[in-house]
Formats: sequence, C-alpha cells, structure tokens
Amino acid sequence: MSAIKYLTNGLLKENPTLVLVLGTCPTLAVTTSANNAIGMGIATTFVLLCSNILIAAFKNYIPNKVRIPSFIVIIATFVTIVNLVMQAYTPDLHKSLGVFIPLIVVNCIILGRAEAFAQKNSVFHSILDAIGMGLGFTIALLAMGSIRELLGNGSIFNYKFVSNDAKTILLFIMPPGAFITYGFLIALTNNIKKKFNI
Amino acid sequence: MSKKIESTLLNMILSLTIIGIVASFSLGFIYEITKKPIETSAKQKVINALKEVLPEFNNDPMSEKEIINDIEIYTGKKNNEITGYAIKTFTTKGFNGLFSLMVGLLPDGTINKIQVLDQKETPGLGTKMSENSFLEQFYGKNPSSFKLFVKKDGGDVDAITASTITSRAFCEAVQKAYDALMKKKSNQKNTITDSTSYKTKDSSSIKNDNL
Repeated sequence: MSAIKYLTNGLLKENPTLVLVLGTCPTLAVTTSANNAIGMGIATTFVLLCSNILIAAFKNYIPNKVRIPSFIVIIATFVTIVNLVMQAYTPDLHKSLGVFIPLIVVNCIILGRAEAFAQKNSVFHSILDAIGMGLGFTIALLAMGSIRELLGNGSIFNYKFVSNDAKTILLFIMPPGAFITYGFLIALTNNIKKKFNI
Repeated sequence: MSKKIESTLLNMILSLTIIGIVASFSLGFIYEITKKPIETSAKQKVINALKEVLPEFNNDPMSEKEIINDIEIYTGKKNNEITGYAIKTFTTKGFNGLFSLMVGLLPDGTINKIQVLDQKETPGLGTKMSENSFLEQFYGKNPSSFKLFVKKDGGDVDAITASTITSRAFCEAVQKAYDALMKKKSNQKNTITDSTSYKTKDSSSIKNDNL
C-alpha cells in the first residue's frame, strides 16, 4: 500500500514542478514545443532514476560529510552519459535542448530527491519515487510545452492545427509566455488539490 | 540494515576516490561507444546540406575543403568541371547570437540555394528564415548586382516580418560567403601569376609571400 503512495506522490501531491516549484529553469526555458518538453522530461527522469538507485544502494558507504559532492559526481556522470547518447542518436533533439541537458546536473529535483529520499530509503522505494517524480516533471513540462506550442505556433508535436499564415500569439513562445503559462498551471494545480483535498 | 560509515578523513578520501574512479571509467567507456555515431551524424548533416545546395556534382566535396576567414568552402565538380561552391558561412549578429548557413553558389557567384544549418533564433519569428517563402527571393540572384541588405537599409531583400535583426544577420552571412568565394578566386589568380613570376624574379615572389 505504502509503495503505491511513493509512486503517486510525485504526480500531483508533491509534483516537483507545479507544487514544490523545483527545477524551474528547464521548465521555463525548454518548453517552447511539446517535443522539447518530452525530451527534457525523459532525460531528467532517466538521470533521476539512475542516481536514485545508486545513491539508495550505496548510501551506507558514503560518509555523511561528503555526501553532497558524492551525489553531484554521481548525477554529473549520468548527465554526461545522457548528453553523449543524445548527441549520438538524437542529434536534432540534442540541438534544440542545447545547454539545458548539461544543466540537468544542477536541477534541484534530482539533488533534492537524493538528499530527501534516496539516502534514507530502500532501493525499491527510491525507484518508485524516481519514476513518480520523473513522470510528474514530464507531465508538467508536456502541459506547458503543449499549451505554449498551441497558442504560439498553432501546433502540437509539429502537427499544425491552423493554416501556415494564420496569426498566432507569439508571446507564448517567448519567455514571458513561459511565466504566464507556468503561473496559470500552478493556480490550476492548487485549485485541483484544494477541491479534492489531496 | 548496516550502519552508515563514519565521516573519518580516511573514509571520506576513500569513498570520494572510488566514486571518482568509477565515474571516470564509465564515462570513458560511453565516450568510446558514442564517439563514432556523433562524428558520422555531424558529417552526415554536412553532406545532406551539400547535396541540397549544390547543383549536380559527382566528386567528393568533403575532400576539397578550403578555409578562408573561418568560412569553409566546398567545391562541387562534375567530370572535373566546377559546377558550384557550397560555402558554410556564419554570422554572430543573429537575434540570439551565432547561426550558420550553407550557401550554394554557382561558379560566377550567383546564389543557387541556401540552407540553414544551426540556429537558435526565436521560434515562430526568426526561425522563418528556414522557410522557402523567405529563401526563394535569393535564388538565382547574383550578389554583385543584388544588394544584400533588407529594404529598410536600402537593399533588395524582403525582411521577415518582426525579425529584421535576423534578416539583417542572414544577409550579412550570405554576403560573407560571396566575399569568401571572390577572395578564393583572386587568390587563385595571384598564385598563378606568382608561380610564373617565380621563375623570373625570385625576390618579388618572396615579398608577395610575406604579404
């Protein structure tokens, strides 16, 4: 029973982006399209999953005083692996995400989960937590990316809903649109949480 | 559950060292695996762009590369006759800094085709420069008569609506490509005259080399 709770925790109750407001830098910067959002979400989930597993497995062998440098080295290793693999096999996605792949290293969600969860819990629970948190992050990014791409470019996943010369609200593709969308999504989440008493 | 090891100096040094060694080994391993695909995908991108912008060719333009002012010139040949040049040019004046283009020029400098390679312009605004509606106005024009400025600056180029900065940068990059080709041509002429004068006047060619 409690195992499922770890999995669903990240989806809504403690959604890293919309409730805890962590990792806002990639959230605001890469969500100009649904494709970018999904790519970023999957890359982050992978890093989170791997680092959570390793840290939970070796938590007893990492002295408390050097735990942060150890975590960062482990996280940075996985981020570099993701970076190289994406560069090799999905060069276009890698290009459009640009510097935000290496920046996953300093994403608060990953270090936050290592610090707050993986170093105190078992490997199995850490896996569930990582999947839940990663999914929550991906869903939030996907929502942002879809809304911004739809309003700003008239398409979702590059599928056009309007004709090519139709006027779209370009503001939503640009940085201010990211903040506006983010604000409305957080408000919506808070409302849902209140209504269903989550 | 076993107890967490204490934070003694030895433990800290040991654990950090082991983590560092394991991390660097695994990174080295992944680097070796991905090195080849990364290289081929980068090369493939250039080849695709070459095919796109050059007229017919049957040589390997990658092997005939020349660099003038950081601009790469690939020569396309068919049966040893030059059919065109593909020039990888760039500008730093884009709305978000650097972007690069592959410009295909015919031997006389007329623009054949242009393809946008790397760019990080504003999606929905500056990115329209990759669309044919913007690019087609350049095709078949010769920069010696076609003024590569936006109309606002007194040139012949229709700027993208709300993206004048991108359009200006684009023109600058194309102009640079044309200039590089002209420089390459005049260099070739110089080397021909140099080599003929070399036999007669040794000292003058040395002077030219120093220039």
